[in-house]
Amino acid sequence: MSAATTAEAPAYTANTKVGRITDFVDERVGGSGILREFGRKVFPDHWSFMFGEVALYSFVILLLSGTFLTFFFDPSMAETHYNGSYIPLKNVEMSVAYSSSLDISFDVRGGLFMRQVHHWAALLFVASVAVHMLRVFFTGAFRKPRELNWVVGGVLLILAMAAGFTGYSLPDDLLSGNGLRIIDGVIKSIPVIGTYTSFFLFGGEFPGTMIIGRLYTLHILLVPALILLMIVLHLFMVVVHKHTQYPGPGRNDGNVVGYPLGPVYAAKAGGFFFIVFGVIALMAGFFTINPIWNYGPYDPSPVSAGTQPDWYIGWVDGALRLMPGVLGDFHFEYVIFGYVLTLNVLLPALVPAGLVFTVLFMYPWIERWITKDNREHHVLDRPRNAPTRTAIGMAGFTFYCVMWAAASSDLIATHFHVALNDVTYWLRALFFLGPIIAFVVTKRVALALQRKDREIALHGRETGRIVRLPHGEFIEVHAPLDEYKRYRLVGFESPVPLPAVPNEHGIVTRKEKRRAKLSQWFFEDRVAPATPAELEASHGHHEAVEAGAGQRTLSH
Amino acid sequence: MGNHSDGSPNHSGTVATAGQNEVEKFQDPGIPPHRLRLADTDPKAAKRAERQVAILFGTSVVGTVIFLVAYFAIDLGDNSTIATIRLQNALLGVGTAFAMLGIGTGIVHWAKALMPDHEVSEERHAIRLEDDRQAAVRIVDDIVEETGIKRRPLIRNTLLGAVALAPLPALAVFGDLGPRPDNKLAHTMWAPQDGKLKRLARDPDGTPIKASDVTIGSAFHVIPEGLNDLHEGKLNEKAKAVVLLMRLDPAALNPSPGRENWGYNGIVAYSKICTHVGCPVALYEQQTHHLLCPCHQSTFDLTKECKVIFGPASRPLPQLPIAVDDEGYLVATSDFKEPVGPSYWERDMHERSNNS
Repeated sequence: MSAATTAEAPAYTANTKVGRITDFVDERVGGSGILREFGRKVFPDHWSFMFGEVALYSFVILLLSGTFLTFFFDPSMAETHYNGSYIPLKNVEMSVAYSSSLDISFDVRGGLFMRQVHHWAALLFVASVAVHMLRVFFTGAFRKPRELNWVVGGVLLILAMAAGFTGYSLPDDLLSGNGLRIIDGVIKSIPVIGTYTSFFLFGGEFPGTMIIGRLYTLHILLVPALILLMIVLHLFMVVVHKHTQYPGPGRNDGNVVGYPLGPVYAAKAGGFFFIVFGVIALMAGFFTINPIWNYGPYDPSPVSAGTQPDWYIGWVDGALRLMPGVLGDFHFEYVIFGYVLTLNVLLPALVPAGLVFTVLFMYPWIERWITKDNREHHVLDRPRNAPTRTAIGMAGFTFYCVMWAAASSDLIATHFHVALNDVTYWLRALFFLGPIIAFVVTKRVALALQRKDREIALHGRETGRIVRLPHGEFIEVHAPLDEYKRYRLVGFESPVPLPAVPNEHGIVTRKEKRRAKLSQWFFEDRVAPATPAELEASHGHHEAVEAGAGQRTLSH
Repeated sequence: MGNHSDGSPNHSGTVATAGQNEVEKFQDPGIPPHRLRLADTDPKAAKRAERQVAILFGTSVVGTVIFLVAYFAIDLGDNSTIATIRLQNALLGVGTAFAMLGIGTGIVHWAKALMPDHEVSEERHAIRLEDDRQAAVRIVDDIVEETGIKRRPLIRNTLLGAVALAPLPALAVFGDLGPRPDNKLAHTMWAPQDGKLKRLARDPDGTPIKASDVTIGSAFHVIPEGLNDLHEGKLNEKAKAVVLLMRLDPAALNPSPGRENWGYNGIVAYSKICTHVGCPVALYEQQTHHLLCPCHQSTFDLTKECKVIFGPASRPLPQLPIAVDDEGYLVATSDFKEPVGPSYWERDMHERSNNS
């Protein structure tokens, strides 16, 4: 066997033209190997896995519709007089950016449709990223080995908000201009560098003539490039980790059960792209979003009542609204060594968002430290089976929602005919109490659901059939579960609190004691999964009933 | 079999105690047996599903046609109305939706009804093998050894120094993103120019306001005279100079010492830029004499020199001192005595220098 003979081994030749082209490419890129690796890769299926897909697809739609918009949009803040076909604004002085946005809406064929597709897709993009993160949190999918991918997801959420805000401001209309005005006010409240930062961002005094052009560069180049990079990283890690799966019969941390990529999964996921596109198109066709022609060009003097940012900025705006500027006689803005500290702006702008994102990014490590759980998890938790985590998540979610609702405090007041001040007072109280209430309620609900699961696993499901026993007693007939359904209800871990243990020097450190306390808090309330012995015992109980009643499977 | 807590401290709230110490668990019964679908067993059902998929794809074609017709047949000419645009927009939406949903639902239906729905189990592999780790460590060690970076600290240290300094020019080139703030925020257009006091003019047309025009209970949105003639930086000046002018019963105003002559016959002027984050405080509640900012609901009391009575603002709205000139027009006797708008780090410094 010489090298020459191996080289002359009968080479594959394709019969068809397409085959020859495919072979040409394959020989040069090694596609066969890739297809062999991924063609039949298994993906678990669950409706809640679709949120990430929605996010990905709406991003693709954003790129497509956004590209169209760039062909017509002019981000200049030069003054012009409108001369398009929207009569009410004829000859009104405005910026070229606003005028070209109006032209896209009224004079470019399909332009309004594209603008609306773009805006709806953006709203959906941030929403699906957020809901996807909630899904990941509540099912514990962020646990080892996926902590880093959770962080990438968090970065994507921030980038999505940044992309949204920079794009929202581009038309230079009155509404978004006031949004920029608020951003300017917040930036100016930053100690030491605030005034400079504002002048650097706006190229001088607010509003200046630079900001739209600068935001445009960020919006169409920098931010989407970063998002794309993060998506690549995100999906790369999904491939490395393989997808998580919900607990159930046949599923464990060592396998992945689902449909092969080709054809079923690819067809479902690929088809879903068109569905997302179709739904966005429907919204764009029928529901007006951001009617900039109603707002008019930006002018620092007018403002309309009921102003609201896009939904994803709402929570930050709401925090600004909730903060009292004066409490009794205490002014949150005060002068220190001759300089102004504007805490009434600085605190609500930075602290809640800082808190939410710090906890969000650190949570996988916090839980890992408390539980000392360093194993890999590929099977998800049902939210009820991790009551404390679920409760923490709901507390955070409530915290967010209170601020979000506060961004509409004026609309709540006008729609429900209540005093605006009262709405604010209530929301201020809920800002602190809401998360606590949510924590307690969620935890109790989760435990109750676990108890219900236990009950069903041991005694079967209620059939709704009432039977009267010979001695007069009424009972409801329970049907036993098959072993697959039962395993869904009992196949989970129920960790117990981990007491403090001494380190290698035999000392129980303070940190370890704190950890043990947290572990106690995390796991003290628990419902253990039903065991075969308990099922046996409950059957024994049946027997007694059966013996007395002559029925086959009864239980109560 | 206690389903509930026994209430002892160790079991506070513990809901189930049974089974805690039992290692025995239910065994995984494995993947449930596969259930055949109707289309798997009944060729008629399979044929029906096939037709349904084809119909869905057909709907997509219809959608594409709708889009093209709406795009070409509806002309946005010079005399098009909002109704035309709305119609076209709706039809483009319907067309795209049908085109996309037809394909999407067709493919998904195909996958769900006709493609094999056997669930497959695949083993997971370790993400990192210990063998790989050791090999990687060896490789890195070799690379480090071959560069000699550990043996030659001079190279290492000079490289670190150079790399640390190299980004500085990149930072420096952003140094001219904007001018230095200096005290630009401390002044507005209201400052008298060449000894001539600025008249108060209506926003947006710029016509001057006579004191006699201002009846009790009325409010004016005001800009300085000459603002509309500016070509450069008009919005910048407007963003600082806009003012609300109101007339109250002079008895309702309670001017503090030194401010008695800042108004005229119950007419007072306050900056319209909120001291919170700079939205225009555009809502005047005539009956209560409150000014409300629609952005964050800061509320200012006109009868207390615009003191904050609700909301996130912390500082009163600055007052513009006004008087009446020989022709009866309202004029600003000076600029604001303090910087207007949202607070900033140097604000107090600017206020002091304005007043000295």
